[in-house]
Amino acid sequence: MSTSSPNNPPSKSRVPALAAAAAGLVGLAIVFAFFVAPEDADQGISQRIFYFHVPIALTAYACFGWGAWKALQHLRGKGERYDLESYVAVHMGTIFGSLTLLTGSIWAKASWGHWWLWEEDQLVLFLVLFLFYSAYFMLRFSIDEGPRRANISAVYALFGVVLVPVSFLAIRLAENVIHPTVFTREGPQMTGSMFLTFCIAWLAITTLAYALYRVELLGKRLDANLRELREALTA
Amino acid sequence: MSYLADVGTLARKDLRLELRARDTLPAMLLFVVSTLVVFHFALPAGADEVAAQGLLWVALVFTALLGLARAWAPERESGALEGLVLAPCDRSAIWLGKSIAVFVFLAAVQVVALPAFAAFFGPVGWETVAGVALASVGICTVGTLLAAMAAASRTRELILPLLFLPLAIPLVVGGVGASISSEPLEFLAFLGLYDILFAILCWASFEYVVSE
Amino acid sequence: MISARALEKRYGPKRALRPVDLDIEPGSFVVVTGANGSGKTTLLRLVAGLVAPTKGSLEVGAERGELGFLGHEALVYRDLTAVENLDLYGRLYRVPERRERLGMLLERFGLWEARNARAGSYSRGMLQRLALCRTLLHDPKLLILDEPFTALDEEGAMLLDRQLAELRDGRTVILSTHEPRRVEPLASARVALA
Repeated sequence: MSTSSPNNPPSKSRVPALAAAAAGLVGLAIVFAFFVAPEDADQGISQRIFYFHVPIALTAYACFGWGAWKALQHLRGKGERYDLESYVAVHMGTIFGSLTLLTGSIWAKASWGHWWLWEEDQLVLFLVLFLFYSAYFMLRFSIDEGPRRANISAVYALFGVVLVPVSFLAIRLAENVIHPTVFTREGPQMTGSMFLTFCIAWLAITTLAYALYRVELLGKRLDANLRELREALTA
Repeated sequence: MSYLADVGTLARKDLRLELRARDTLPAMLLFVVSTLVVFHFALPAGADEVAAQGLLWVALVFTALLGLARAWAPERESGALEGLVLAPCDRSAIWLGKSIAVFVFLAAVQVVALPAFAAFFGPVGWETVAGVALASVGICTVGTLLAAMAAASRTRELILPLLFLPLAIPLVVGGVGASISSEPLEFLAFLGLYDILFAILCWASFEYVVSE
Repeated sequence: MISARALEKRYGPKRALRPVDLDIEPGSFVVVTGANGSGKTTLLRLVAGLVAPTKGSLEVGAERGELGFLGHEALVYRDLTAVENLDLYGRLYRVPERRERLGMLLERFGLWEARNARAGSYSRGMLQRLALCRTLLHDPKLLILDEPFTALDEEGAMLLDRQLAELRDGRTVILSTHEPRRVEPLASARVALA
């Protein structure tokens, strides 16, 4: 048997520009969502939250998927960097997942008067995922740093992506039989300017997620390098 | 096939260990019956039979957790897991052998739990039994792997339920659905899907859970 | 048999083994020495394949089934008897004539009388002897022993001394120890870790 491992992290030069772009886009999205897009006749102001709620949810899924992809790369022995990248991606996913729950809850309260609706499949799915990925962090922080922790975190991240479709299916099935739908909601039919607003918001949220990802990754790598230096000096 | 022979050797080892120690299985049996009694007192007077079906699943999931917490205890006590990892057998055989043994224990518990439930709360149909059987496969495969992860953690007993419960939610949905729905086959098929998907994932990834 | 270049092992920021180069021929008897924390155990575990290197390369000319590892823990099941433990490993390693071989080893290491007692009832010295039986059960061509004398009682240590001299033939042995003088006559190569 023979092994060797490379370690080449991506460059850090573009991060400030990325962060600025994200901030700008989010600002633009807020302007569009609250001032440019037309008010919805049925739901009023609460509908504007949807411009953010849906992109945030989609971004959370994307982060979990990205984290699982990085986890797979790590397990296949492609390099030292993938464990940290997977962890940061899952972290982002969890943050955006929490925001999904928050925005979803606000929307539910504004639309239906309840802070929580079991009928909303997406919300319930995110609740399950939130529990799952919270356990990811508890697991990761209860194992000492090293390849064991990295491997176990990676396997758990893979379990996460398989859980997403399985849970969704389960929630759908449960809704039909165990909790029959009481509230029904028509999906918003989007006119031109609504669609534009949605796209801007989606771009903004995705850019924000990526910028945060790069910033956190940069910070964690610096931290790791610092600890290594400290260890080498005191040894 | 030597792979199956290894799995058999390992499963037999676990069964022999439990027969000798006799600590986990009696505890699980007592726990499940106690839980069902607690549920009787927890359910308000007018509660219907259907609500009780859900509670059966709560009892099963938590009893399984009790057993899973001890699943890797013999390996931990003497570092024997390393001995198994050193051996030329496939690492996934370690997981499979252990899962089979856990399944046998869980089945033994259910042989007691289901009649007890039927006596305390109401009749248990074939759909429930089928649901319990299929869900048990999922509980054992996923639970054994998660228990191995938890064994590597400092907060062993604390973390296993946190890892296990989100993954058990689809199993509960499938099981309860099979019991109360007019189309139990849909839910049983879903349980089968869960079992296959996660068994494959566990089989492929166990190697990484125990290696450094 | 074993060759390593800049082999290094880190757990996060902690360095368990500083970069080391190795070239060990088949049939050698290698003695690894070094202070506590210098990485003796880590090196042996790397060679055994229990951990993967962080940096550098390592090539070992023996498959998993051809190497025998003796570590700090006995790696046996407390609730199984000595015979049952060795039978289990014998099956996993596909040892031919399993029963005879494990009986022979138990006898050689003075455990025959206690063979049907639970391993949990053994003294530390007896456990280490049982671990030795486990290590030698499948007649490995590469023996990796991590401070084998430390947990042994005097009788066991003498048995091991005799065994090591016999085992040298046709096998590669790499062992770490705090008392290099004990195995000095057998050593054909030495590795000192800083």
